[in-house]
Amino acid sequence: MSKTRRSEAERRREAMEQSLTGLGNLIHEQITNHEFPWIHMQSRSTDNIMYDPEERQYVLGPRMIRRHSRNIRHIRPFTQLVWTAWFAKELVKHRKTSTLREVYYSARGHRDIEYNNQQESDNIITDMEVALNRARENFHIFPEERSAIFGDLTIEYTVPGYEGRRTNLTDHPDGVMIGPAVTSSEFVETSADKVLVVEKGAMFTRLVEERAHDKFNAILIHTAGQSPRATRGIINRLNHDYDLPVYIFTDGDPWGIHIAMVIISGSANAAHLRGLTTPDAEWIGVWGTDIIDYKLPTEPLTEFDHKRLHELKNDPRYTGDIWQRELDVFLELEQKAELEAFSRYGLTYIVDEYLPAKLGS
Amino acid sequence: MSQTEYQSISPADFFYRNREIAGFSNPSRATYTAVRELLENSMDACEAQRVPPEVYLRITEIEDKRDTETKFYKLRIEDNGTGVPEEHIPKAFATVFYGSKYILKQARGTFGLGGTMAVLYGQITTHKPVQVISSTGGEIHDFTMMIDIQNNRASILKHNIRQNPSGWRGTALELQMEGDYSRIMYRLIEYLKQTAMVNPYADLTYVDPRGRLYKFERGTEKLPPLPQSVKPHPHGVDVETFRRLIAETKTRNMKQFMMEHFQGVGPTTAYKFLDLAGISTKAKPKTLSPEDLVKAVRATREYTGFKRPDASCLSPIGEELLETGIKKELNLTEEDYIKVVTRKPSTYLGFPFIVEAAVATGRTVRKTHGAGITIYRFANRIPLLFDESSGVIWKAANRNINWKTYNVESDTSLVIAVHVCSTKIPYKSVGKEYMADQPAVEREVTNAIREAARGVRRYFNRRFRIARESRRLNIFGKFLPVIAEFSAKLAEKEIPDIKPLLTVVSTDIPEIEKKLKEVTEIVEDASK
Repeated sequence: MSKTRRSEAERRREAMEQSLTGLGNLIHEQITNHEFPWIHMQSRSTDNIMYDPEERQYVLGPRMIRRHSRNIRHIRPFTQLVWTAWFAKELVKHRKTSTLREVYYSARGHRDIEYNNQQESDNIITDMEVALNRARENFHIFPEERSAIFGDLTIEYTVPGYEGRRTNLTDHPDGVMIGPAVTSSEFVETSADKVLVVEKGAMFTRLVEERAHDKFNAILIHTAGQSPRATRGIINRLNHDYDLPVYIFTDGDPWGIHIAMVIISGSANAAHLRGLTTPDAEWIGVWGTDIIDYKLPTEPLTEFDHKRLHELKNDPRYTGDIWQRELDVFLELEQKAELEAFSRYGLTYIVDEYLPAKLGS
Repeated sequence: MSQTEYQSISPADFFYRNREIAGFSNPSRATYTAVRELLENSMDACEAQRVPPEVYLRITEIEDKRDTETKFYKLRIEDNGTGVPEEHIPKAFATVFYGSKYILKQARGTFGLGGTMAVLYGQITTHKPVQVISSTGGEIHDFTMMIDIQNNRASILKHNIRQNPSGWRGTALELQMEGDYSRIMYRLIEYLKQTAMVNPYADLTYVDPRGRLYKFERGTEKLPPLPQSVKPHPHGVDVETFRRLIAETKTRNMKQFMMEHFQGVGPTTAYKFLDLAGISTKAKPKTLSPEDLVKAVRATREYTGFKRPDASCLSPIGEELLETGIKKELNLTEEDYIKVVTRKPSTYLGFPFIVEAAVATGRTVRKTHGAGITIYRFANRIPLLFDESSGVIWKAANRNINWKTYNVESDTSLVIAVHVCSTKIPYKSVGKEYMADQPAVEREVTNAIREAARGVRRYFNRRFRIARESRRLNIFGKFLPVIAEFSAKLAEKEIPDIKPLLTVVSTDIPEIEKKLKEVTEIVEDASK
């Protein structure tokens, strides 16, 4: 099983390399035919991003654009795209990984690539994702943010030097950082029957200490705020490939709610990507109603919170009953509560009382 | 009670007493004016002869022991013009208000006193005679004279006649005067330079008191057409001119008189005009009363049926010659742009005039003139150097024109040259340094500058476009090789040749614009 899995990872890598070579061939051929090179891709402008209720995520609309090197405004980003594709191919070919920031600084080393800031470089990488219809992780380019995973899941590395080596994610009590190695690894086996996602490192540590993974037979993941794509990809794999139900536990405020929603329905920024959303994941708190039911200590909503809650109410992803209900409760209460609010009942209360109640329901 | 003494004064005496109105107000200005008057006479003489002028001017300082700012100078000027016939020499150079200029055609001097004023000024400051050597091709006459100021006539001290085997033709004049060269040096040289600018067919040589040689070489042998002498136009005539014409006329009745002595007057016009003036067509001119005279002159202002004044008496420099002159004196190169415009003849108060304008800009102009607008003013091919901001040209260039319309910004380097030629330049003073703002003249000057400025606007637009295209080419030239290099690395192939693409960009600019339009259209189509 693991052998076929490993070759599966290898196959994906080779396909990526071919795809990049294909891009090179296309452009090379255009130049050889005395044509100004251009590529076709879906438009990422906001009016071409729409919510697809079927897919339960944001998707790109049908509008296509040409990035044409004949256009004086296009030629610089076009050049940057070609350079970035070459850089990605080098990464993929040599089984190396890099970060968005590294790509930016590598480009700075090439005088004609001319990025003014990292945002430009990140944008070009997103363009490449759209043009090649692949997530950047497939190009071996990762973001900076690091979240962590802990629980009974055995993985097998595919990164150079570690090929075939296995590890169990309970081996390290601080959890294992979700980086390129974990992202590209094969999942070998797990005894867990659910995934528990929390927003904050402190709560993650508390859950590990209280052996929540044993108690609930769960794999624990902390997102470190808004979850990185790699983390969303892993949540998706655990849910999709292993049929593990996913429960998300965030602060009881508009920002926490939205962390859960991005895991469930994705973000507009990743509308061109698939496999990052987990539509069946459940947000289990902290709800507005929990504030009442558990008499949680609260803080008043700020003006900014208020505005955000109203925005969410009109967001197509929030049409479900539970969402609308909870958003209304927060607005009525004019209060919000953090995960740590449960500590008023003792440090173990959340694991002993709250979560069992929530997961049981 | 003392008795008031009445006495008539001669014109020479008058100008002796009022020399400042003729431009001899102080030693430095007098130096300038003397050179100017004599040089203009020489140029007129050469053009009348239809030979490209060769004028030699020398000012030498005369040693003296005085410890003053002013010095004595010897001023010598030689030309290759018509020469002055023997009998006219004493009057032409030693009598005020004598000259060849009392007919109606364009000439540099108008009052006929310029050259003589220089002689007069020299005489009263140094009490030295003037020497005039001239030949019309035959014998050479060498006069040494002084002006008898009280009687306004020449007193000849010497008159030698020499043989002229080489057939020399021209005039040489030498006088002494008090002056102040150091103060006027800059203006004087500027005057010569600008004279060369509007007389590009003239060779001017100047040796200054410090022994320095200035040569302004001609840029062409071509002369502008000689102005024709024409009869006066009725609109421009005054009572005195009318009176003189009547005194001289041989015609027998007023109808004939009008037709004979004025331009553009036929039997019908004469009849209608005299009817308006209330003068019988059969009246004998000599019997006209002074009241009739005034009535007739007043009627010339009221009668609207006269033809436009004849402009053949004018001699514009012409676009080609003016361009040659300006390019030559400003050292304009390929990197500069100049547009010259000669307008159609127009009239003010019955005097015909033509405005010519040139506008130049470019790298040399920036280097030599700096940012902003520099104005060169000319009237009947004479540079006007003083009182710039009082004149009509300054007003037209600075007040009447919105330069932004012509892509001229405050830091643009621009040279404007305006030449007005007329049988009567509307000078504001006898010093002839600036022109009054006659509405018709102002309008023509403004339009002439505008017309030339439109050329400058086209030039700027073209330059902007070229700059934009070369920027564009630079961008393609910079990025295409990178695209080629990395697409080759991606495809693991040889680097493709991008030269054909760069050729398209550099040679076929409209093609780019077309293609670009296509690309935009595709994007728009896709959005539908």
